[in-house]
Amino acid sequence: MSQATQTDDVREDGTISRISGPVVTATGLDARMNDVVYVGDEGLMGEVIEIEGERTTIQVYEETSGVSPGEPVENTGEPLTVDLGPGMLDSIYDGVQRPLTVLEDQMGAFLDRGVDAPGIDLERTWDFEPSVEVGDEVGPGAVLGEVEETITIDHKVMVPPDALDEGETAEVTGVESGSFTVEETVVELDTGAEISMRQEWPVREPRPTVDKRTPRIPLVSGQRILDGLFPLAKGGTAAIPGPFGSGKTVTQQSLAKFADADIVIYVGCGERGNEMTEVIEDFPELPDPKTGNPLMARTCLIANTSNMPVAARESCVYTGITIAEFYRDMGYDVALMADSTSRWAEAMREISSRLEEMPGEEGYPAYLAARLSQFYERAGYFENVNGTEGSISVIGAVSPPGGDFSEPVTQNTLRIVKTFWALDSDLAERRHFPAINWNDSYSLYREQLDPWFEDNVADDWATLRQWGVDTLDEETELQEIVELVGKDALPEDQRLTLEVARYIREAFLQQNAFHDVDRYCPPEKTYAILGAIKTFNDEAFDALDAGVPVEEITDIDAAPRLNRIGTEEDWEPMVEQVEENITQQLRELY
Amino acid sequence: MKEYRTITEISGPLVFAEVDEPISYNEIVEIETPSGDTRRGQVLETADDIVSIQVFEGTEGIDRQSSVRFLGETMKMPVTEDLLGRVLDGSGNPIDGGPDIVPEERRNIVGAAINPTAREFPREFIQTGVSAIDGMNTLVRGQKLPLFSGSGLPHNELALQIARQATVPEEESEAAEASDRPSGDGGEPRGGEEGSEFAVVFAAMGITAEEANEFMDDFERTGALERSVVFMNLADDPAVERTVTPRLALTTAEYLAFDHDYHVLVILTDMTNYCEALREIGAAREEVPGRRGYPGYMYTDLAQIYERAGRIKGEDGSITQIPILTMPGDDDTHPIPDLTGYITEGQIYVNRDLNSQGIKPPIQVLPSLSRLQDEGIGEGLTREDHADVQAQLYASYAEGDDLRALENIVGREALDERQNRLLDFADRFEEEFVDQGFDTTRTIDETLDTAWDLLSMLPEDDLYRIDEDYIETYYGESEQVEATADD
Ligand SMILES: Nc1ncnc2c1ncn2[C@@H]1O[C@H](COP(=O)(O)OP(=O)(O)OP(=O)(O)O)[C@@H](O)[C@H]1O
Ligand SMILES: [Mg+2]
Repeated sequence: MSQATQTDDVREDGTISRISGPVVTATGLDARMNDVVYVGDEGLMGEVIEIEGERTTIQVYEETSGVSPGEPVENTGEPLTVDLGPGMLDSIYDGVQRPLTVLEDQMGAFLDRGVDAPGIDLERTWDFEPSVEVGDEVGPGAVLGEVEETITIDHKVMVPPDALDEGETAEVTGVESGSFTVEETVVELDTGAEISMRQEWPVREPRPTVDKRTPRIPLVSGQRILDGLFPLAKGGTAAIPGPFGSGKTVTQQSLAKFADADIVIYVGCGERGNEMTEVIEDFPELPDPKTGNPLMARTCLIANTSNMPVAARESCVYTGITIAEFYRDMGYDVALMADSTSRWAEAMREISSRLEEMPGEEGYPAYLAARLSQFYERAGYFENVNGTEGSISVIGAVSPPGGDFSEPVTQNTLRIVKTFWALDSDLAERRHFPAINWNDSYSLYREQLDPWFEDNVADDWATLRQWGVDTLDEETELQEIVELVGKDALPEDQRLTLEVARYIREAFLQQNAFHDVDRYCPPEKTYAILGAIKTFNDEAFDALDAGVPVEEITDIDAAPRLNRIGTEEDWEPMVEQVEENITQQLRELY
Repeated sequence: MKEYRTITEISGPLVFAEVDEPISYNEIVEIETPSGDTRRGQVLETADDIVSIQVFEGTEGIDRQSSVRFLGETMKMPVTEDLLGRVLDGSGNPIDGGPDIVPEERRNIVGAAINPTAREFPREFIQTGVSAIDGMNTLVRGQKLPLFSGSGLPHNELALQIARQATVPEEESEAAEASDRPSGDGGEPRGGEEGSEFAVVFAAMGITAEEANEFMDDFERTGALERSVVFMNLADDPAVERTVTPRLALTTAEYLAFDHDYHVLVILTDMTNYCEALREIGAAREEVPGRRGYPGYMYTDLAQIYERAGRIKGEDGSITQIPILTMPGDDDTHPIPDLTGYITEGQIYVNRDLNSQGIKPPIQVLPSLSRLQDEGIGEGLTREDHADVQAQLYASYAEGDDLRALENIVGREALDERQNRLLDFADRFEEEFVDQGFDTTRTIDETLDTAWDLLSMLPEDDLYRIDEDYIETYYGESEQVEATADD
């Protein structure tokens, strides 16, 4: 969180009159909605969420045990903001952007309260290389220079979008170059503005852009079922709902590791501590598939684990998306994962019920749908105010109670997002991973992304996919019959289709996130595996037409090798060989 | 300390009292009834002039004349290493007739969250000796892995079997290291003789005296009591007290683990009773209920219990949690198992059908899961083939189990050879792999060898989840396996 800067208008402090868990009521506080306040003798951070006459209601971002009525409440006069500037990558924050490593240095392994620290290091210096000269005209958002934030990312230093009015330009009157802290002035404008590397931005307010475009480039995920069947666009939105243990987190983490985004913002919202620790331990070791540099160099983590204060859970998704917008403004493609948006919704519900607001469906506040859509609206493929293009893709996990997708958070999310990856406990139970149900899932980006795949991977990408989808559909229908009468009652061609579909499921749809090779599948390999299954299909039906009994066809020993391509690093020769062997063995049968 | 006789309302477990000084949130309260009984409680909500108090020991006998004293602090647990071997009630008072507890320290029972940057990811394999766990859903040190059971099922036997058998293999070096450090009694390594044994913190919430005796007898018989701290809130003890019992237990566990280097195994039973107590308080406060009448904040509340497990960088001790819960109506979509499953790192299902078939322990592996196992198994940890064998067992057993439904309709004759094999496989998996008895312990090698015995009844081509090198080494060679496993 930004160290709230002193404002000109001094505001009255108030006094606590009531405490109920994370919700505190104060009297005599002169505050605006969403002002950040410090509560009690320990100065616990909170935010104004309701004003009713003399009474101001505050959600407190820290545990409130031991706080008493009569203690003071101090207003900062500022809304909840984040510090934006170099140093956010390779960092881990709590829900209000306090750097967790700094907190650990200050208070040890357990998170104490009443401790604050700036979101970006104010002491560290960065080498600023200007890209403007004295006399240049610059507009809002204009890039003034850059610093190497990490080995992967050059951080653009920009004119804050609110430093100039829209369309207004200013002349550069001073430019520094060399080593500076984030607070030192590096560029001066003739408006008198002194620009440093640090900006502040209120988290609940989207940063401005010029235009939202139709996304046409996929966010290549390295996951076969996603890229192959249900692709997400750069700038797109996706939801992953599923019961506990079905693979939401593993999928989100795979995306964070392998998606071809420039920047990844990973928001652990109300989930497990160990899952964040895993990311902290793994990401510095793993290479970014795009650059080969450590993954952490493109990643910013935000962690409000399930046992951390619930109010900070409400804010963590906003903290995350605001940081995402800042990198988008630099022209980067950002992917934000929120695991899990249900915990965020539940935090809203908990605060709302303590405010005794009128509950809507299942106790959620009536504004649930509005908040969800405001959040997902901040995703997109944008033309930025400085003329660059950048994108934010948002992937939200949803944790429906009892795994029932008819509940309000899932339903309201589905109304907004364009990609739906439905996790299925049945598949997870039989360890079919990723347990994404191919009948229920969809991507509305499919058609608009096909041209990219056709240009960059294979020109029959869409045709091949359609064949795969049709085969799986047919299998679903046939399975219903099989469940009643058994497989042997089916005609031979349908039994063969079942066999082909089994290979699609086992060799193509399944992908082991924990296998060193299989965990990342480039789109070329995705295409090649499905292509090899299609070869088996075509050759097998030719054999069947030539009168070979189906048992003999399915018995060839080259076919099961299809299942091993995924885990093969040197897959190209293997695909070739498997196809050759299949063809040869099948043709020998007639 | 000021005494108030200002109770305005008594409602279920709640007491409301007027006050004229600031009372802090979560402060501890003593209420004395006219008959001289003292009850303890905690401030649930505080305002300038009125507070609401949740009374742990029940509100019977409290009237408007009762006096209320605010103790000026939040609830604390007195901790000391001497708690080992002691039996306490659900509020932490000794009930074993032993000496008074002289605390080293008094700790706030609302544990602070462990900073994720300070955690160490759990990855040390715990051998429970139970094949359905070790082979299929491996437990690691610092994990929270609940038993999802139903009423009348032998979850206690299973929990005891785990507590009795759990060891961390090949820990000699660490044990030797531990013995260099000074320790509580006579220079013995912390956490028991082997250095790999666990200290057990056992918290009973609302279980019957009979069930409690099962645990106590076993602890005494095996000598485990010496390295255990037992908290007992039984079925006829006050329900509201159950909301503090697990917190007292976990505060003790944290002290033993992170101040005294013990590897602590925490057993919490029965979390269903805990949740019922939460619901009761919520209802008394007239809160807007969440799903099926349970409080909307139950997820957060449970997380504050379950997340108190794990490892911390630079600390030798650890906390492993095995909460037990009985699913109302055996329904795992019920909020209690559902919210638990969303927080814990997997779950083990104790199954009614398998139990009636006499399978011991009756673990249904298909819906069971251990999320932390991936870094705890494999070469150098358990065995190179472990992950692949597990994946294959899952795939084949799931397929065989599915076919049972079909078999019921069309009969075995209508099924092909492969299907018949899978059906046999599923049966043998339950009878040989899962059913091992509550008193047998199996090493991980024995578990995996048993698995290969079963897998070898399937043709090699069907073992597509297993690396071909492992098939070559282990397929149909269970005798030879013993020899190769050691190097
Ligand atoms: N692609 C995959 N490959 C291999 N294993 C997987 C894969 N996806 C999921 N799993 C397995 O499923 C387990 C549960 O997955 P995960 O933790 O992602 O579930 P979740 O949906 O996030 O559950 P929760 O809602 O409780 O957080 C993992 O620990 C892992 O064992
Ligand atoms: Mg998860």
